[in-house]
Amino acid sequence: MAAVLELRHLTRKFGDFTAVNDISLSVEEGSFFSILGPSGCGKTTLLRMIAGFQTPSSGDILIRGQSVLNVPPNKRPVNLVFQHLALFPMMDVAENIAFGLKRRKVPAAERKRRIDSILERVGLAGYGAKRIDQLSGGQRQRVAIARALVLEPSILLLDEPLGALDLKLREHMKIELKKLQSQVGTTFIYITHDQSEALVMSDQVAVMNAGRFEQVDTPRALYDQPATRFVAGFVGESNRFTGQLEAGGQFLAEEGLSLRVAAPDTTSGDAELFIRPEAILLEPEPHLNALNRFRVQVRNVIFDGSNTRVLSDIKGTGHEIIIALPQNQRFAHIGPGSEVDAGVAAEDCRCFSSQD
Amino acid sequence: MFLKSGLEQPARLGLWLLLAPVILWLALLIIIPHIELFLMSLRVEDDWGEAAWSLDNYRHFFEERLYWLTFVRTAAYSLLVTFLTFLVTFPVAFYITKLARPKAGMILMILLLLPFWVSELVRVYGWMILLRESGVINHFLVSLGIIDTPMEMLYNDAAMLLGLVYTSMLFMAVPLISSLEGMDDSLIEAAHDLGASKWVIFTRIVIPYAAPGITSGSIVVFMLTLGNYLTPNLMGGKNSLWFTEQIYNEFIASFNWNQGAAFGFLLLLLSSFIVWLGLRLSGQSLGKALS
Amino acid sequence: MKKGVSTILCGALLGLSFNAQAEGVLRLLTWKGYAPQPLVEKFEKQTGVKVQITYSNNEEMIAKLRATRGAGFDLAQPSQDRIASVQAKFRLYQPIDYSKVKTGQIVPSMLEAVKKNTRVKDASYAVPFAYGTSGLIVNKKAAPDATDYTALIDPAYKGRISYRLKRPTLIAMAFALGDDPFAKYSDPDAYKQLMERVRDKLIEAKPLVKNYWSNGDSLLEMMRSGEVTVAMGWDNGGWKLHAENPDLDFVAPKSGALGWIDTFAIPAKSKNIDAAYQWINFMLAPENAAFFTNQEKYGTASRDAGKHLNPEIRANFERSFSQADIDNIKWYPPVPAKIEQIEGKILDQIKAAR
Repeated sequence: MAAVLELRHLTRKFGDFTAVNDISLSVEEGSFFSILGPSGCGKTTLLRMIAGFQTPSSGDILIRGQSVLNVPPNKRPVNLVFQHLALFPMMDVAENIAFGLKRRKVPAAERKRRIDSILERVGLAGYGAKRIDQLSGGQRQRVAIARALVLEPSILLLDEPLGALDLKLREHMKIELKKLQSQVGTTFIYITHDQSEALVMSDQVAVMNAGRFEQVDTPRALYDQPATRFVAGFVGESNRFTGQLEAGGQFLAEEGLSLRVAAPDTTSGDAELFIRPEAILLEPEPHLNALNRFRVQVRNVIFDGSNTRVLSDIKGTGHEIIIALPQNQRFAHIGPGSEVDAGVAAEDCRCFSSQD
Repeated sequence: MFLKSGLEQPARLGLWLLLAPVILWLALLIIIPHIELFLMSLRVEDDWGEAAWSLDNYRHFFEERLYWLTFVRTAAYSLLVTFLTFLVTFPVAFYITKLARPKAGMILMILLLLPFWVSELVRVYGWMILLRESGVINHFLVSLGIIDTPMEMLYNDAAMLLGLVYTSMLFMAVPLISSLEGMDDSLIEAAHDLGASKWVIFTRIVIPYAAPGITSGSIVVFMLTLGNYLTPNLMGGKNSLWFTEQIYNEFIASFNWNQGAAFGFLLLLLSSFIVWLGLRLSGQSLGKALS
Repeated sequence: MKKGVSTILCGALLGLSFNAQAEGVLRLLTWKGYAPQPLVEKFEKQTGVKVQITYSNNEEMIAKLRATRGAGFDLAQPSQDRIASVQAKFRLYQPIDYSKVKTGQIVPSMLEAVKKNTRVKDASYAVPFAYGTSGLIVNKKAAPDATDYTALIDPAYKGRISYRLKRPTLIAMAFALGDDPFAKYSDPDAYKQLMERVRDKLIEAKPLVKNYWSNGDSLLEMMRSGEVTVAMGWDNGGWKLHAENPDLDFVAPKSGALGWIDTFAIPAKSKNIDAAYQWINFMLAPENAAFFTNQEKYGTASRDAGKHLNPEIRANFERSFSQADIDNIKWYPPVPAKIEQIEGKILDQIKAAR
């Protein structure tokens, strides 16, 4: 597939501060692409440059192969769903959606047809005459998306639009958004600091930190094979150890624990080690000799419905780790105070140099 | 709710005590004088100085061309002043709320307020010193060689309008600023993103959003201008008879308080009517505009 | 809304609330310049009475006292011609007890004239204080030929003319047209016709006027700067300007300067009548009256003030008034009712005309 959006060495500076630092990227037509990063990482600046509200300090932005640097926001074939939605409070739902169509001089009959069709698409058929303040949060969300989608943009940009919703609605909207995107086939570029949003919805995720992309990959690859220390720490939950990596792949944690690492990212020196909670096995079979083994003392068992997690200290070091339990009754006997054997495979220990 | 409880009596008493100053103020300073004014307007004196009830004072207004022409002129100029004040103030309010940094906005707001720390009389005299034939502006124009002889810039309708707009600016700026402040900047960006030009953003998004502020500012400016006395009198020319001056003249020069009272009441009624009409035409409600 | 109206009403309310106070206070309603600060201080020191001054003019004085039915002030200073008719109608003042006035200090003819002109039924209501005339204030260099009120409607001085849009202007213009408005005071219909002639003249000449002045100080300022070369104004203003610039002076018009006498009158509900009489006698004492005249250039009703006057005062008078001019001064007779309403409407019509 062709690239609908291409960024070439895009940089944006504010005085001495570089918000976006030499980013190059290519997004495929029809994909759901997320940019995931903590607040202040430059993702909003990047998005606003694509929308046209900010001018890059250097670099180029191409949409379907055409540079849009000199195209003002109202002429770019991209539309933005704002963080706080920015619905026009003095207009009703249909008028909000009609706003962009009127600017394009779409005839009234055609306009009405398209408004009705997009409202149906987002599940708000018959809501045209409602005032904005009569809508629920989720409904407003859909109006904002409908208002942008009705213009059939090459790219739909979304700036953390789920941020204001409550948890349950957010979970629901994630699925809805993903479904909507695959139905309409428009390329979505989605900005978020919430990794769960990015992982659930996206075909591709770019993890952004301090103005740069750390890794651009599928959600699964990001989780399973984080390319950098930042990605390993930021995406998904991890138990983190700081210490020294010695030649030969032995990691010595500050608290004294020694772990074997399969494929270290670095040769030797100060390093950080990440272990996913579900990679830690409790009461491992004795015949698995390749395991790093240690003993843990359980401090608490945390149950939140879909998951059970054990909060425990590594015996002899006091280092606190989280262990995910399988969803069966096998470890029902474990409670606060119990001492259990634990182990982790060398391949599940991800080690990165602390230098970069 | 709590009024229904056992505390009903003390609570109600407390409520009345709290309201008492307001009610007193309303009654003493607004309602009672207006009743007296109204009664006065319904009386005429015959040739022997005896008072009698009559609607003559009101009839005079409509029969005497001079009177209602003066009123029409005053009302038309007040509307013009309201519109000009809006034109001048809106960019300032927009700049303060949307473009300037918060600190610069504060300073601009204070600059806007500053002239109102002195009385209207002083402000008007300030303009007179600037505009008069031997005034500051003429001095500069002549010494810069732009004009040969000083020209009279005072005592005409333009000078009067200038003075009235200047006097009214703050009363337009405050409601405009407060309504624009409540506006999320992303509304402007969203409109821009959806393909709107600057003009469309201004007319379809910013103006409708600020409409309640514009309405309340306009009402205040219109009423203040209509009721102004000093500025038209001092800065306006020899033709600038303002309706309030007419009222003043009836009271002071002609000693015809009854006629003056009738004029005062007509001013109240007609200006209320114009405001009502304006609200109807612009689809705004008084409640929304004043909230 | 109605600023003029509400001022009066507020004034009325405040007047009520202030009635209670004021022993040892004299609330004086007067013209600007009629109570010079050094004299006020001297009076306060002599008597221990504090003087509170409110500045006003004839019309507002009447309106203020009418609103309160003669309360709020202890002593007022209306012109003698504006007392009798309003007294008859509104009873704003109380009769003067001439035994409490040191009448020996006063020019006898002036006292008699004022007594006569302010008589209502059996009592008189005023004591003369100062006199002066209205005429022309002229920049003799720019307008050497301005010798009568007609200069105010002379195209030669286009844009350099100023006068007050008040009744003296109407009366002056009526004299300039060769008529005698005072003779028609008693015949409202004839007076109205005369005023309509005056109105038409003034409207016709309206393009020539720079502005209608309302504040004496600002008129003097416009004369100083040369913005105005012919104006109608009070003699003392012209004389003040002459002291600064010999080109400027007061000119007694050929049709006759308009002579007025301002008085002391005691409002009906005066709270401090004793202090009022004290002030009257104090102000008319020769040295005090002379101080006032030397400073403000108004004529005084004090009989023996002459020997305390600066020579300049006499010079002013002699320069502006020949014996014929003095004989030709038109002294305002008392204004009868109705006249003011006729004039008020005429003034509005002139102001509104284009």
